[in-house]
Amino acid sequence: MGDHAPLLDARSISIHFGGLRALAEVSVQVYEGESLGIVGPNGAGKTTLFNCLCGQLRPDNGSVSFAGRPIDGLPSYRRARLGIARTFQRIEVFPEMTVFEHLMVAERARRGDGRLWKDLLNLGRPRRDELENVEEMLSLVGLSDVAMTPVAALSLGHCRLVELGRALMLQPRLLMADEPSSGLDTRETQVLGDLLRYVQRERSVAMILVEHDLDMVARVVDRAMVLDFGEMVAEGTLREVMANPEVRRAYLGRGA
Amino acid sequence: MSSFLDYAIPGIPYGCGFALLAVGLVLTFRATGVFNLAFGAQAFLSAFVFDLLNQYAHWDQPASFALAVLVVAPGLGLALDRFLFRHIPTASSTAKVVSSLGLLVAIPEMIPIIFGGRTRHRIGYLWLSPNLVYFHLGSTPVNGADIATTVITLGVVAALLAMFRWSAAGVTMRAVVESRRLSQLEGVNASRVAAGAWALSSTLAGLSGVLLLSQSNSIDPTNPLAFTTLLVAGITAAALASMESISVALLGGIGLGVLENVLVKYLPPGSVLATGFLPSLPFAVLVIVLLANPRLRHIEQSSDPMASVDPPPPPPAVSTRDPRLAAPMKWGFRILMVAFVASVLTWVPGNWVFVLAQGIVFSVIFLSVTMITGMSGQLSLCQATFAGIGAFTAGRLAEHLGLSVLAGALVGGLLAALVGIVLAVVVSRVSGLLLTLVTLAFAIFADNVLFQFSWSGGGITGVDVPRPAIGPLSFASDRYFLVLALVILAFCMLLVVLVQRGTVGRYLAAMRGSPGAAASLGINLTSTKVVVFAMSAGLAGIGGALYGSAEGPIASTDFSYVLSLVWVVVVITTGATTVEGAVQAGMAFAVLAQVLSYLPSRLDGLEFVMFAFGALTYAKHPEGIVEYQKARWLARVSRLLAAWDARHPGSGQPSLAGSGETASAAPAGSVELSNG
Amino acid sequence: MSPALLEADGLCASYGSYRALFGVSLEVPEGSAVALLGSNGAGKSTFARVLTGLVPASSGSVRLDGHDVTGMPAWRIARMGVAHVPEGRGIFSSLSVEENLSLSFRRRMGRGGIGEALDKAYAGFPILAERRRQQAGTLSGGQQRMLSLAKVLAVPPRLLVADELSLGLAPVVVDAVYDGLAEIRRAGTALLVVEQHIDRALALAEHAVLLAKGEVAWQGPPSGAAEAMERILGSGRAERT
Ligand SMILES: Nc1ncnc2c1ncn2[C@@H]1O[C@H](COP(=O)(O)OP(=O)(O)OP(=O)(O)O)[C@@H](O)[C@H]1O
Ligand SMILES: Nc1ncnc2c1ncn2[C@@H]1O[C@H](COP(=O)(O)OP(=O)(O)O)[C@@H](O)[C@H]1O
Ligand SMILES: [Mg+2]
Ligand SMILES: [Mg+2]
Repeated sequence: MGDHAPLLDARSISIHFGGLRALAEVSVQVYEGESLGIVGPNGAGKTTLFNCLCGQLRPDNGSVSFAGRPIDGLPSYRRARLGIARTFQRIEVFPEMTVFEHLMVAERARRGDGRLWKDLLNLGRPRRDELENVEEMLSLVGLSDVAMTPVAALSLGHCRLVELGRALMLQPRLLMADEPSSGLDTRETQVLGDLLRYVQRERSVAMILVEHDLDMVARVVDRAMVLDFGEMVAEGTLREVMANPEVRRAYLGRGA
Repeated sequence: MSSFLDYAIPGIPYGCGFALLAVGLVLTFRATGVFNLAFGAQAFLSAFVFDLLNQYAHWDQPASFALAVLVVAPGLGLALDRFLFRHIPTASSTAKVVSSLGLLVAIPEMIPIIFGGRTRHRIGYLWLSPNLVYFHLGSTPVNGADIATTVITLGVVAALLAMFRWSAAGVTMRAVVESRRLSQLEGVNASRVAAGAWALSSTLAGLSGVLLLSQSNSIDPTNPLAFTTLLVAGITAAALASMESISVALLGGIGLGVLENVLVKYLPPGSVLATGFLPSLPFAVLVIVLLANPRLRHIEQSSDPMASVDPPPPPPAVSTRDPRLAAPMKWGFRILMVAFVASVLTWVPGNWVFVLAQGIVFSVIFLSVTMITGMSGQLSLCQATFAGIGAFTAGRLAEHLGLSVLAGALVGGLLAALVGIVLAVVVSRVSGLLLTLVTLAFAIFADNVLFQFSWSGGGITGVDVPRPAIGPLSFASDRYFLVLALVILAFCMLLVVLVQRGTVGRYLAAMRGSPGAAASLGINLTSTKVVVFAMSAGLAGIGGALYGSAEGPIASTDFSYVLSLVWVVVVITTGATTVEGAVQAGMAFAVLAQVLSYLPSRLDGLEFVMFAFGALTYAKHPEGIVEYQKARWLARVSRLLAAWDARHPGSGQPSLAGSGETASAAPAGSVELSNG
Repeated sequence: MSPALLEADGLCASYGSYRALFGVSLEVPEGSAVALLGSNGAGKSTFARVLTGLVPASSGSVRLDGHDVTGMPAWRIARMGVAHVPEGRGIFSSLSVEENLSLSFRRRMGRGGIGEALDKAYAGFPILAERRRQQAGTLSGGQQRMLSLAKVLAVPPRLLVADELSLGLAPVVVDAVYDGLAEIRRAGTALLVVEQHIDRALALAEHAVLLAKGEVAWQGPPSGAAEAMERILGSGRAERT
């Protein structure tokens, strides 16, 4: 153990779908402000792990605790309120809403004051500080230009950024990003990497990044782990794990 | 044992009726993606045509069958596809259910309009006379209808199973259901496949109709109860089959038929079990199956992978309004309101005052639909039940405790809200189609059981909800009642608007878009759903009490489940997303009924037909006709204003036109919008 | 010079009131590969959709083999041998893996050819063979991508329009996919590729086209692409800040 307890501590998570073992005894620790990369072949169980951590799936066994507190029984909205935010590999946006409204609803959800009586007293209108937060996030993720566009009119890459902004709006302590760069080109991926790095450093958001673009992973993460067939096969710095011959064979192919 | 068989055997041909409906529902759902509540109505149409040809025009059976089942039925299916379901985006399950509701309402109402009312003296049959007993099974006589129903049902199911087993049709249809565009990329002529699926499903409906014609009066419009039993049992069997397996649907249907026959005969007649328990059993079974069958959870999960090809839905009309129009419209509205109240209090004839008051009361009830369907995107089919709860509570409280009607309405609203909360908790794990079906089951249950008790809506005289009075102020006259109702309506509208604009409204919009993502933001889906159900039920309850007060004595038939369907269809047609939509729906509903009452009685159902056809436009304009027209009108005015600006440079706002050229992501101005 | 298999001339397109393409012209000669580049929102996907009939062109024309196919329904264009692998999820999630594949193969190979094509697809992506009965919607993101690519790599079309070709694929699979592409090219398939890994796409292509804001900003040999992108997109970025 380090000098402090991990922010997220998941131990021996296992889950299976029918006869398929999707995760076998996987343990993950993430420390405050740290960024962890998870790489692995397709179907290794990365997204499944995310789903187990954020409460969308119930693992068969294993335990998850966050900030020192067990969260195994909590539904996903309670976990979100504790400070776990995520983005989705298959984008999940609210098609009828504009980008602005996406961030606004996240801002509201963070404050957690969805009280009916407040609405009925007309206290539900956007407040100045909320507007400022939203504006700031819009410019941080670079979506100010399209703030008033409904997301159904955005390209795939923009939708990813909307998801990222929406997650960051929660001011999470842990951000889990599932392939945030897909749909962006090389240059935009670089900008995104810088953004993630900035958020992690300046706002001390801990991060778990799942990504197949290794350049991006290398730029963003402090530490990496490799999943294969639901098992953790290597852990260490990205350079270390990528030097592992097993990983090279199963994941990198000749691109290494 | 043998007496058990005596009861069970007649259950088989009886259950075949359920089975045919269930198989039809499953087949239609799989092949077209629509849970076609109108399946029974389609069956009824073919049965009617068959009967007409066979009994009145004296065609022989094969010819009548050929026209009714092999021509009319597939023709109807093709027409439905061509004019209706083709236009519904894959993702919109609300649109699909609403359209089928529209048909369910329209088809039976349309038949007497087209063919005139007819009483049936003799009943035709398709094959083997129902009046001949062919043999005995044990001691049970088996007549021609029993044989025909059983044999043909089994034959049809076998043919369907063979078709899906040995051809690619099943897979292709499912692919088309999931995404027309993706299947087109595979070279599949999606329109033709969908049309074929509808023709097939509709033919099956026609066949069932003609078959059941001789079996019982299940599809007789004069006997709606029999049809309801059929509907509930059919949905139950389809749910047992997870909307998936045709063979399970068959077995489920037959099983339910046998079960019902056996239960009816074994339970002591006149006991509490037979009078209280038995009628509610089908609903309990249906709700349990809907909620407990885990495989039903996944029936709607695949959204169209190519949805990103669709342009976004149009923005709300107000947001495209030229800012200069705001002030004139506001003042225009105020002046209109004052003029309206003044007219009502002075010169408007009495019967029209009553109609307008009715319209206002309907508007209050319809706001509840705005809340639940417009805001949360869930389709509830039990709003009339909530209204009934409010009305009967207010009436009984006034009757027994002498409580003032306004207080009674409030209590009724609260009680309805309470029931709404219970219902919301029950359905908290499901959404979409399943939720809709549970609310439908609840509505039919209330209609047939709950409201029949003498302490609720039952009894011969009905329930009298008096007109309200506040201290010495009486609202007994229609004119004053109207003004009071108007005040209440304004208050309710305000509440709805506040919720819509506030946090809860935002949460609901998020849930509508993606429940998973909403939860990942920390939004508690269950409690949000409970809140919206409670508010919606409460509004309906208050509106129901007012309705009772307006109408005078009311009975359970005033809140029949069919009314729930009609109301939902009406509101969705005019526009469920805005409060104005609800008000316009309410007024139109009342006024249209009055206008049509001047027409010959043959056209009685025309109102329903008109609204049902209106619902068919929902596919193209999910925002509602009113909202659509408003957007068009505002766009036109904006264009005129822009033209005026162009001729008088330097005055007014900068024109929006041309923004589309510079930034491709920004919406082009309303000018392009109306050209495109 | 080989004749153009696909000619797009002055294509404009819009989604309702949102305009996305402003007169894009492009040619794909028979058997050649063209890389379509451009930043997020430039209109690459829209262009692909217009070519294969998913989005109607508001003006301009698309010619395939010299026949005008503008305004034709997508299924007709598909039957003329154009395959479109859309970005995101390009599979039917309610069907099983094998049903997905055979639906696609039946159209192009006839009933008898399905077995052979399935074998070929499974040989290219062994994981799919293991999962042949699994509902495709429960596959992982990358496996879904493999499924939609397996359809076109096993039975080569005449023209393959691949949008975000290797989206979500692990590097080792990307290698396999590019091997597959090279193979179908030898079999005569022409390619129009939108790709996140620009270098790989440029290595494959003979010609590169750069879209920006719905217009062709540059086109030329792949070797010049990097410089052009730096010049055009780089300055675009400076403009914004
Ligand atoms: N609901 C489910 N039912 C059955 N199998 C599933 C389900 N969800 C996931 N799987 C399987 O579990 C395995 C892990 O999937 P997961 O989505 O976690 O992979 P991943 O590591 O995120 O892959 P990728 O890089 O392709 O996104 C896959 O083999 C997948 O097919
Ligand atoms: N369904 C849609 N409705 C409206 N506008 C859209 C839609 N899809 C894309 N757009 C717009 O069209 C432009 C081009 O998008 P797209 O072709 O997806 O870009 P790319 O694939 O190059 O990232 C963008 O400005 C985007 O906002
Ligand atoms: Mg994944
Ligand atoms: Mg794209």
